[in-house]
Amino acid sequence: MADFKAFLPDSSFALDVSVEDWKGAIQRSGDALVASGFTTDAYTQQMIETVEKMGPYIVIAPGLALAHSRPSDAVLGTGLSWIRLKTPVEFGNKANDPVSLVIGLAGRDEQEHLQVMSAIAGALTNKEKTAKLAQAETPDEIRAILEG
Amino acid sequence: MDILCVCGNGIGTSVLLKVNVEQAAADLGMDVNVTTSDAGSAKGTANMNDLVLTSNELASELEGTTTPVETVDNFMDMDEIKNILKEYAD
Repeated sequence: MADFKAFLPDSSFALDVSVEDWKGAIQRSGDALVASGFTTDAYTQQMIETVEKMGPYIVIAPGLALAHSRPSDAVLGTGLSWIRLKTPVEFGNKANDPVSLVIGLAGRDEQEHLQVMSAIAGALTNKEKTAKLAQAETPDEIRAILEG
Repeated sequence: MDILCVCGNGIGTSVLLKVNVEQAAADLGMDVNVTTSDAGSAKGTANMNDLVLTSNELASELEGTTTPVETVDNFMDMDEIKNILKEYAD
């Protein structure tokens, strides 16, 4: 079992926040990664540049964006952030806009975060759990749903 | 069957897709070996695989490869992934 408290500490969460646009949403997810000690501010910029260069492919499911960039010096440790938006924003992805949940990912290598990604995939492919995650009120509740 | 999952950086979305493809294959009783790659290096490794999976936005980067390329709209929809795998199962 992945150690969610380590990968998703309280400082990684921002629930029901308002942002102006997709850049604001990624900025927020980067800020939470910085607050948790996973990245430096440079990584936030790299996540935004990833979308500017390669398009909104990070919107991988309806309402869900996985914000990330490649491993670099700006990644201090492997971890996630969890940003739930009060009002969904458009990323420009035809199939899956608008986005209401942005998961920020800082990864040093593939193996290190495979376990936690497996757990998250297991929860997000489950409609019942996805609905619960949208309603959860605290980081503890969200971690419990992901772990369960 | 060898499957390559491709995303922009080869570390985030492709890993998530790999996890779900492995689960979908297991549910279907298919024997698969799934690897991940970034779009830049995927062209070189694509032909060592039987199938390439990626998102709509990145499919154009793989033009010219001889291996079939299928796009996935919803990475969290196991039915969509299974339907693609079924086409290539034999």
